[in-house]
Amino acid sequence: MKLYQRTIRELHQMLIDREISSVELTDAVLNQIDLVGDKTKAYLLVTRELALGQAQAADERLRAKRDVRPLTGIPIALKDVLCVRDVASTAGSKILGGFTPPYSATVVERLEGEGAVFLGKTNCDEFAMGSSNENSGYWPVHNPWSLDRVPGGSSGGSAAAVASGEAIAALGSDTGGSIRQPAALTGIVGMKPTYGRVSRYGLIAFASSLDQIGPMTRDVADGALLLQAIAGNDPRDSTSSSRPVPDYLATLTDGVKGMRLGVPKEYFVAGMEPAVEQSIRDAIRLLEQQGASIEEVSLPHSDVALPAYYIIAPAEASSNLARYDGTRYGFQAGGGRNLIEEYMLTRQQGFGAEVKRRIMLGTYALSSGYYDAYYLQAQKVRTLIIEDFKKAFEKVDALLGATSPTAAFELGAKTQDPVAMYLNDIITIPANLGNVCGISVPCGLVDGLPIGLQVIAPGFGEEVALRVAYAFEAATEFHRARSPLMGAAA
Amino acid sequence: MRALEAVTRYEVVVGLEVHAQILTQSKMFCGCSTDYLTAPPNANTCPVCLGLPGSLPVINRRAVEATIRTALALNCEIPEFSKFDRKNYFYPDLPKGYQISQYDLPFSRNGRLEFDLNGEAKRCGITRVHLEEDTGKLLHEGAIHEAQASLVNFNRAGVPLMEIVSEPDLRSADEAREYVMRLRAILQYIGVNGGDMESGQLRCDANVSLRPAGQTEYGTKVEVKNMNSFRAIHRAIEFEIGRQTEVLDAGGRLAQETRGWNDARGLTVSQRSKEYAEDYRYFPEPDLPPLDVSREWVAQIRAGLPELPAARRERFMTTLGLSPYDASLLTSSKTMAEFFEETVRLGAPAKTAANWILGDFSRLLNADRKEIDEASIKPVHLQQLISLIDSGAITGKMAKQTFEAMYRAPDPGPALEAARGSTQISGDAELDRIVDQVIAENAKSVADFKAGKEQALKFLIGQGMKISKGRANPQRLDALLREKIS
Repeated sequence: MKLYQRTIRELHQMLIDREISSVELTDAVLNQIDLVGDKTKAYLLVTRELALGQAQAADERLRAKRDVRPLTGIPIALKDVLCVRDVASTAGSKILGGFTPPYSATVVERLEGEGAVFLGKTNCDEFAMGSSNENSGYWPVHNPWSLDRVPGGSSGGSAAAVASGEAIAALGSDTGGSIRQPAALTGIVGMKPTYGRVSRYGLIAFASSLDQIGPMTRDVADGALLLQAIAGNDPRDSTSSSRPVPDYLATLTDGVKGMRLGVPKEYFVAGMEPAVEQSIRDAIRLLEQQGASIEEVSLPHSDVALPAYYIIAPAEASSNLARYDGTRYGFQAGGGRNLIEEYMLTRQQGFGAEVKRRIMLGTYALSSGYYDAYYLQAQKVRTLIIEDFKKAFEKVDALLGATSPTAAFELGAKTQDPVAMYLNDIITIPANLGNVCGISVPCGLVDGLPIGLQVIAPGFGEEVALRVAYAFEAATEFHRARSPLMGAAA
Repeated sequence: MRALEAVTRYEVVVGLEVHAQILTQSKMFCGCSTDYLTAPPNANTCPVCLGLPGSLPVINRRAVEATIRTALALNCEIPEFSKFDRKNYFYPDLPKGYQISQYDLPFSRNGRLEFDLNGEAKRCGITRVHLEEDTGKLLHEGAIHEAQASLVNFNRAGVPLMEIVSEPDLRSADEAREYVMRLRAILQYIGVNGGDMESGQLRCDANVSLRPAGQTEYGTKVEVKNMNSFRAIHRAIEFEIGRQTEVLDAGGRLAQETRGWNDARGLTVSQRSKEYAEDYRYFPEPDLPPLDVSREWVAQIRAGLPELPAARRERFMTTLGLSPYDASLLTSSKTMAEFFEETVRLGAPAKTAANWILGDFSRLLNADRKEIDEASIKPVHLQQLISLIDSGAITGKMAKQTFEAMYRAPDPGPALEAARGSTQISGDAELDRIVDQVIAENAKSVADFKAGKEQALKFLIGQGMKISKGRANPQRLDALLREKIS
């Protein structure tokens, strides 16, 4: 088996056994990027020098057996929405072209502390707005399973990198499904932690009340490890929780025997591919065979989650993106005859169509006279969705459903129809609005394309979601399937 | 004069919005220093106050405390639940494209400020006191509309700023000015604001409208900005009253607009009308969780409040016997009130001390635009000067000259000594006569001194000073007494 095909835990063992060095491992992954990077277009920037320097430092740590952590020497990709000191960070947008932050995100600092190796910045939909990665301000990402298909979005670059062997693991961000949906569409594991579990400091904001950073990995245990490294309170993010972080590995293998798992009937939406539905039903049966009791539950307000999301997220985005005016950093159009004209030229040319659409949606929703009808109403819906989850979790420990109603679609298939594109996130969005956590784990192939099972657990119940996902993974072989670009496992 | 006429036909309605920077060491949402006046441009900035992508605000608890302190001093209610909101607008001095402020759930509401104007008790409602962040400062190359370039200094961006909004309860420019003076005094007393209007620590906008006497609905209001002194506030409101009176008298309609006060020209100029009014698209700041303001915390802040100007004014009237007018003026500035109290504590009669401070001293300070604590004259100097007058050693006219000389000198001591010296008895014959009188009238003390009691001599010198009405030189009295007694 090639080094770049392995999991964090396998590689960690090899590193501490001195079987391989981090420099060798990093070289292997960088070579794979050289080999397939032009096909996936997963990276916006490969930080080769930085990676090799960090790998050398990790090797010294490993040699001296000094503060060796589970991620020491492991090559990891970072979604471009995460700020890394002195490394260009653009959030996939032209408007941040040339911007180099003078500081690092808290999660980046934590991974640096672990001795992880940063491969580069992965491509994404501009400001994380999209479900296919076609909204990147630079270029689209291609699915390693089928290059004419999308990898999902917005963390499509991170997903494609992990699925093609261009990274061992990656960090993504999830505002309405942006980790889970691309994870499902590329056959990897992706987790959206509960809002507040992971610090958002240094995450270029899309929608502040929904954004959350999370792990994208080859399997569930790797996900637990990566989450363990980044979770926890951060005094620089007032919305980060001070709840203690449990040991996710400690309960990972406890199994689902005796657990109550709910199946929300509303999650089998119209437009779901029959093969996807069949796989999900099979997955549910399998967990039942593992000893879980299954019951149907109802989340009655699921159908209004999508419209509420498309008010709240754009409203927050319209404000978050106001700072990109060309006067201090990033792209400046030039040529404006006065301040307002310069603002307009910079934002017209610097933002892509989808970002502009959402800024307009959000600006409208917050405008005087419309606020009550839109923003306030959407917040009321959000409260109902939170209540839906609370009620469901009084009866069950976790919820099961599909991550995405379909497998990866072809590039260009939905670009002309924003609403069809928005519908991709119909079963991932409620978890963001509902302040709960969710994980997607591979659960089958449909016509050779991966799909994912979504496990949703209560707020700050990451260990529950991980445990259920792990039980499913341990009983199946789906996660061992490798994309053609990564190559078959030996 | 026009303003005076207006009073008879129209009722003047004024509400004030005062912005006060809070004297914290660090900014509202980051750890940067609040020193924006002396630091080099953009030295006190960081990713948070520059609004860089990914940065997040963290609330400065001391600024919240100062806001609640202010609200309590203004008799406001402090709700248990409060939150921050975003006020969205584009401007180069606003790095995030929104200002973090408070919209519908401010830290306080429903307060009042009571004051006295020409002996008449006034009361102005306080709508709310809320907390927000200040903006950066623009420096234009030449006039704003012709500037080829403008520079931005973000040192001020993120400095904590309170907005104190009054009810439309003020009925004249005099009342408005008095309100701001009293408010400023309170802010200084409780140590939350520096009070300097010129540097922008304290800024005031006025909403001015007129309505026919007897009418209950308010007239069209005009917001007047850019007044950076008490005098400017007074002049600008007077001007507005006159301007609006003319428009109404001519049967015209007033435009709801914002006007800027031009101090040099002495008039207000239209800045923008209501049609172009901004829609700030307020919504709750998602980066900051709402705040629970515990009753314990409020009680703790309340317990820490010092004596406020109104209470001090009351005390000056009842225990020191000052007139309401003098007591009001003296307590309008914390430093002035403290100077006065110290002078009295050293032995000066209250009324005399008040007269000096509010008279000659204030006149000289005003001319120099100085605060009383910046003067070289300290309470001890004033008290000594007063005692020279009271003892009859110098005349009132001399005292005035002496005071001015003391004020002008970096050290008032020599001028004070010179005044004392100029009237001192120089002739030995006269001193001899005084010393003889003291010895003759104080046989017991003389005996005590002979028996070795040093204290007795001090008493005898004091008697000599008294007989000489302070004109004797105490050192020479000391020497002569020792010589004659031994």
